[in-house]
Amino acid sequence: MTDVVMPQMGESIVEGTLTKWLKKPGDRVERDEPLFEISTDKVDTEIPSPAAGTLSAVLVEEGATVAINTVVARIDEAGGAAAAPATAAAAVQPPAPPPAPPATPAPAAAPEPAPAAESESLGPLSPLVRKMAREHNIDLARVKGTGAGGRITKSDLEAYLASAAPAPAAPAPPPAAPAPVAAPAPPPAAPAMPPLPPAGQAKTRIEPLSTMRIKIAEHMVLSKRTSPHVTTVHRVDMTKVARMRERYKAQFQANYGFSLTYLPFITRASAVALRHFPLVNSSLDGNNIIYHNEINIGIAVALENGLIVPVVRGADERNVLGLQRSIVDLAGRARSRQLKPEEVTGGTFSITNFGSYGSLMGTPVINQPQVAILGVGTVDKTPVVIDDAIAIRSICHISLSFDHRLIDGALADQFMTKLKQVLENWSEEVL
Amino acid sequence: MRNCVLRELGRIRYGEALAIQQQLAAGRKQGLVPDHLLLLEHPHVVTMGRNGHAENLLAGPEIMARAGIEYFPTDRGGDVTYHGPGQLVGYPILDLREWKRDVGAYVRAIEQTLIDTLADYRIAAGRIPKLTGVWVGERKIAAIGVHLSRWVTSHGFALNVTTDLSYFQYIVPCGLSKPVTSMAALGVRATWEEVGRRLAPHFARNFECEMTAQVPELAALESEN
Repeated sequence: MTDVVMPQMGESIVEGTLTKWLKKPGDRVERDEPLFEISTDKVDTEIPSPAAGTLSAVLVEEGATVAINTVVARIDEAGGAAAAPATAAAAVQPPAPPPAPPATPAPAAAPEPAPAAESESLGPLSPLVRKMAREHNIDLARVKGTGAGGRITKSDLEAYLASAAPAPAAPAPPPAAPAPVAAPAPPPAAPAMPPLPPAGQAKTRIEPLSTMRIKIAEHMVLSKRTSPHVTTVHRVDMTKVARMRERYKAQFQANYGFSLTYLPFITRASAVALRHFPLVNSSLDGNNIIYHNEINIGIAVALENGLIVPVVRGADERNVLGLQRSIVDLAGRARSRQLKPEEVTGGTFSITNFGSYGSLMGTPVINQPQVAILGVGTVDKTPVVIDDAIAIRSICHISLSFDHRLIDGALADQFMTKLKQVLENWSEEVL
Repeated sequence: MRNCVLRELGRIRYGEALAIQQQLAAGRKQGLVPDHLLLLEHPHVVTMGRNGHAENLLAGPEIMARAGIEYFPTDRGGDVTYHGPGQLVGYPILDLREWKRDVGAYVRAIEQTLIDTLADYRIAAGRIPKLTGVWVGERKIAAIGVHLSRWVTSHGFALNVTTDLSYFQYIVPCGLSKPVTSMAALGVRATWEEVGRRLAPHFARNFECEMTAQVPELAALESEN
């Protein structure tokens, strides 16, 4: 038995990281044949075997950092080749790619083509060779083996790669995913990108997504995949609310230090409508409906490169002043990134106010696991016909996107009619 | 004093230079050739070290291929890096048994060579503790990644002279989210060839060797092909 130790690679170096075993237990190894690799301070070093024999024990795993002179393996010089483990060929099939979820409308990521079945005819392959073949997508049947008994070695793969270098092995285009039934036309599997001109000035700029953007992206896709969205739009006459607002605006600014917007009125009207139609204030959990007894309304706040939806809790228990105060506070702290985690969770319904950016109407995406979201368009003075006369009124288009699994159009429109009724006949005090 | 052959390879593809390195390293291990310092420039290429992390590659090989950038996994130490026009690349093929059997000392001497060279251009560069490479303030100007086999070195360093730094956007250089810089960005007007000629004497001093031109008979042999 010969002990193999972590070598000393320099005066100041007291440890090394074992990065790769080039042999596995049971493998025959020649003296001076590379046995493992270590990494110290950006220097990778191949360590040759101190003796010829069979690698009988590997004592340190890949990735472990150990002190110099630690025994990392033992080599049995007494042949023992017959003891080669029988598991070598069969055990190491690459794991099958997980099956794509069946209900996914987005084109499923096609499984990477397996690097051509590692047929037994190739003889035993070391884990390193398998890994390299996988990484570079090499068909091992095309690689000439020069090792013992025609076995494919690391250097064979390197030679193969070098000879194929001009064309970096691009994986075969994934097979087109089957078009999902009745889904909106999916984008083609491989979006054709115009070839970029080589070299010179870079023609593109690549930037990693922020964590927030990744979260938003995941949530949007999840929501569209979870809920069949349907959007209904109602035209709401906001003239009464506009008058109310005009009357109290200056007083709000003077007494409370913030303005009075349309949003607390719409939030208040939503709370009333949600009390009337509790299904809109629910969640779907498998085959159960969860009715929320609290009305917690999320208000979408645009940030520089994203958005966040802080929650006004107990929205039905507040008047317009209380709602406006909450909205101003939450939006301000959202923009200065000082919201507490519990302030962005637990919403039972959401409102997004794209009207403040001039949008007439929109079809918002449901904030899961809620089942509906209200979209508020811009409020404009508009000529409308009332009792066969043309009048100028403050008109707002308000949309409701709802989860059609749970809510039908009739209910959605009843909800909107209630909301509209509250806003058009505003009678509550605001203070 | 030991001899070190200086070879200037001009602009050469990564794979070709790698083949030359491997050939020289194999010869060096058997004592058939002396120490070498290869100085060169690569066309656009992104290479991944043995211990590299795929997440430090911000664009897939297909996107890079479209942008005219080659992708090359290698056996050097370190993570992902970019090489391209305007970057002075140096590959020392040294037998460290004839200098110091010390990988730490080797990396420090490479860094010192680069620091000395930059000082010639009045750029105050230095080290950042625990991070390999050469830095100007918080910006990385030169990267280091080495492979060692039986104390013979290969791979080496890359110094940004007039490198178009926008190409670094495809990667997180060496897994560090620190910015990169170049000599040109710091106001130096020099080509990578000129900087290479300045570097050679500093290399000789730090590695206590004498730089010689390519062995004539070897050069003659190659020029016949």
